[in-house]
Amino acid sequence: MAKNSAKDIEVKACATHQIITQPNPLRKVLRRVEEKDMDDPVSRAEQALADLSGEFKDWMATEVNRLSAAYVAIRNDGFTKERRDELFRAAHDIKGDAATFGFPAAAGVAESLCRVIEHAPDLEKVPAELFTHHINAILAIVHENTRLDRISVSAELSRRLRKVADDYLTQVNRDRPEHLEAILAPSIVPAE
Amino acid sequence: MFRIDFNKLRFLVCDDNPHMRRILRTLLHSFGAREVYEAEDGATALEMYSHYVPDIVITDWAMPIFDGLELAQMIRQPESKGNPYAPIIMLTGHSEKRRVTVARDAGVTEFLAKPISAKGLYQRILNVVANPRPFIKTKTYFGPDRRRNTNSAYMGPERRVGEKHEVLQQPSLLDKARSSI
Repeated sequence: MAKNSAKDIEVKACATHQIITQPNPLRKVLRRVEEKDMDDPVSRAEQALADLSGEFKDWMATEVNRLSAAYVAIRNDGFTKERRDELFRAAHDIKGDAATFGFPAAAGVAESLCRVIEHAPDLEKVPAELFTHHINAILAIVHENTRLDRISVSAELSRRLRKVADDYLTQVNRDRPEHLEAILAPSIVPAE
Repeated sequence: MFRIDFNKLRFLVCDDNPHMRRILRTLLHSFGAREVYEAEDGATALEMYSHYVPDIVITDWAMPIFDGLELAQMIRQPESKGNPYAPIIMLTGHSEKRRVTVARDAGVTEFLAKPISAKGLYQRILNVVANPRPFIKTKTYFGPDRRRNTNSAYMGPERRVGEKHEVLQQPSLLDKARSSI
């Protein structure tokens, strides 16, 4: 679908800005239908996602291995920008994907790890245990998640690690108000 | 009631994570989309954007080298030969309010925090298709109007100069009290 041509674009000039309007270039994809003819694309998509879910455990294992490898590289050779970024992206992907893959507690731990990487003033000075506890927790949650009695343990582990990480970050950022504000700000994603 | 003909829409998906690309492709195809192009980094996405001229871009934020925020900034170049107006949906694991503001200021049309859901994605697509916002160009910004609603209760200086009111006058407390009776 092509964009509107330049002649369709209307520009209203104001003192400090321009307001640019054009006919909706996507209007042709909207179709009026009777209620009885309305299908449910969201349900269809949810079913497609459910059909895909058999692969999620393997995908999660791949994500966790990537995170472990990123940290092993740091433990062996120290922090560089590239290694730090890879660790962050690996944790960040788990934060975003783990709940979809059926591991919400792992997402919580990964979020906590992302906050440590993002807000610690000097990653070399972060106690190594803070990293290893987070990574080991994610490994344990993913490997033990098949047993129902482990789910509440996973959630509790996630909560406690977050508390330890937040206490550390609050302490080391006491003179960095912009980081302190970000650490204490609530997430826009509702809690589980 | 309105239905979106997804089979007439062309999507560009940009995410460095192959699992998330697979999930997005699955969701879009099950909505009815046929044309879904995929890029694993911002630079490739920008090339594909020029080549395929997608109707809607869905991009991750955190990617190596050239991230989703930079991709949005590159698309929102008012003088570019390509289409600077395409809706951009930022799908990201970032879940802090300040990130939403940064994405908005880069010209992102809709923000969708992971974990992804079929409903959340559908609603964002419906919004950009059915309710496009005008674009605003200032010295420092080019992108969809960052004001989604007119707030009749807003009291304070009008930051956009030259429209109907440069400064919104705050009624006195007495006037407010009278009007509420």
